[in-house]
Amino acid sequence: METVYVICVGVLTFCRVFLCLRGRTFSVVLGLTMLSYAVNLFLFSSGRLNLKDAAILGMAKTYADPLPQALTLTAIVIGFAMIAFVVILAMRARADLGNDYVDGSQPADTDKLLKPTRDKV
Amino acid sequence: MIVHLAILPILIPLIGGLLMLLPPFAGPLKYQYRRVAALSLMLMQLACSIYLMLMVVQNGAIMYAVGDWQPPFGIILYADQLAAMLLVLTSLLGLAITMYSFAGIDRKGKYFHPLVQFQLLGIYGAFLTNDLFNLFVFFEVLLIASYTLLMHGGGKQKTEANVHYVILNLVGSSLFLFALGTLYGVTGTLNIPDMAMRITELSSSNQLIAQAGGSLLLIVFGLKAAMLPLHFWLPQTYAAASAPVAALFAIMTKVGVYCIFRVYTVIFGEQAGELANMIQMWVWPLALLTIGAGAVGALASNNLRTLAGNFVIISVGTLLIAFALRTPQATAAGLFYLVHSTLITAALFLIADMIGQQRGKALDYFVVARKIKQQAMLGILFVLAAMAVAGLPPFGGFLGKLLVLQSAIGSNEIVWVWTIILLPSLISIIVLSRAGTTLFWRNTPSFDADELPGVSKWQLGGTLLLISASPLIALFGNSIVEYSNSAALQLHDVDYLIDVMNLGGNTQ
Repeated sequence: METVYVICVGVLTFCRVFLCLRGRTFSVVLGLTMLSYAVNLFLFSSGRLNLKDAAILGMAKTYADPLPQALTLTAIVIGFAMIAFVVILAMRARADLGNDYVDGSQPADTDKLLKPTRDKV
Repeated sequence: MIVHLAILPILIPLIGGLLMLLPPFAGPLKYQYRRVAALSLMLMQLACSIYLMLMVVQNGAIMYAVGDWQPPFGIILYADQLAAMLLVLTSLLGLAITMYSFAGIDRKGKYFHPLVQFQLLGIYGAFLTNDLFNLFVFFEVLLIASYTLLMHGGGKQKTEANVHYVILNLVGSSLFLFALGTLYGVTGTLNIPDMAMRITELSSSNQLIAQAGGSLLLIVFGLKAAMLPLHFWLPQTYAAASAPVAALFAIMTKVGVYCIFRVYTVIFGEQAGELANMIQMWVWPLALLTIGAGAVGALASNNLRTLAGNFVIISVGTLLIAFALRTPQATAAGLFYLVHSTLITAALFLIADMIGQQRGKALDYFVVARKIKQQAMLGILFVLAAMAVAGLPPFGGFLGKLLVLQSAIGSNEIVWVWTIILLPSLISIIVLSRAGTTLFWRNTPSFDADELPGVSKWQLGGTLLLISASPLIALFGNSIVEYSNSAALQLHDVDYLIDVMNLGGNTQ
């Protein structure tokens, strides 16, 4: 179970790093969303992973640590609010700046990198 | 009442800010009501934090268990001399910028005053809390208020700066949670003194994990504090923000510095066994380079706001040096310097705004432009602020730098510290005199400037409140040095903290 869990968190974080380094706000916002998922999973696992344990003391021999659950809940709420804010901000930036590049303007050489100029083709 | 004193600085802006969203205060036309409310709230906070400081000096640090859940389980607020001092500083700054905003900036959006209150709530909370997760929550509170405050007034430049600021800080918050999860995973606690006790008892493999978590925390705090590789967001953001907001942000970098002081003195401090002073070797070079980067940025700045932003970076670097020296004397020197530099850089942002108002399209850019309308008055304010920020003798800035230099005597790095602090001081003087000459003396032939707005009495009042701090700090230097000395000793005395928290018998 731990392996699957670790791979999930790792893949999410990897995708997030890739997406956050993109130049347009849409992919960056997607990246931030993935990061908040990865963080929630990670935080949840900090109380150790165990199956079929309730967060109740004294009723069974083993119990789940309730604190990471509370932390994750708080982190989810805050994460949602922040993502909502960044989505609105990205839309506002699209309206104000006329494009959705993170830097506020299209990098000068983007076109050349993406497609070769017609003359050469 | 006295029992709940430690939570009052958090409750006043919380309740006050919420009330300001409700009918008698809400609506674009009710701005007069909001101003009265904001001013009285700020005065209440100032009175409350001064009273808290007096109480802490008299009776020792106050521990407040929210909901009476005792440590290490409950959420703990902890007001020691350091926290109390920073609360007074923050509320003073808040009062000054609230007064300044009455000149008309607060009418550009109807939520300005509530947002300032929420921002202050987050800052007070970050200073008072003694629980790492709670610190995260207060960080988020102050950040979301700062995101919206940064947008106050609107415009292209602000949106562009805000996109960078928000994305960077969201990534930073996630790293904070990763670090928290890591540290909780190995120590099983979030309470700072409790963690300090458990960190010594870890097995060697767990120590490595704790070290990873602690280093991640340094990245988070370094981002807030604008430490070298993470400082690129600062000048642009501060230059784009409207003047009172930029002035309020002057305390935000200090929140990061405060967290570095608190966490790495208590948890990873002297008594942490294998992990003792683990980030010191990182902070040393970064602190020196931060000052260097700030000085180069100051030389390259083309307007007064960006220049002030670079002074913020220099002050952060100086504070980090005070941290890296790891002695109570150095910490005390840093605290003294912190108070002065926060108030004066904030004043510089306000002065830049007033100068910009009276130069038409040239704003505060260093170009030849029309004569400033109230040249004499703004000139005097500028000279006072410039002398204070550069650290020239009659003012508090001089004392602050002197104390930091003195505390380096005896350490091996003294050559580095003295060079790196003194050289940027020279650069500051050069840059500021160049800026002053261009702004005040190089004018195009004067024409009628009557249509330009003069400086209102609120603007002048707010700025004077901040600037007057500098000579006052020099005047009452002795008692402030004494206070910061005992605050630093209290911070370094981890056993005292554990004692106040009643954790002494809890070691396993």
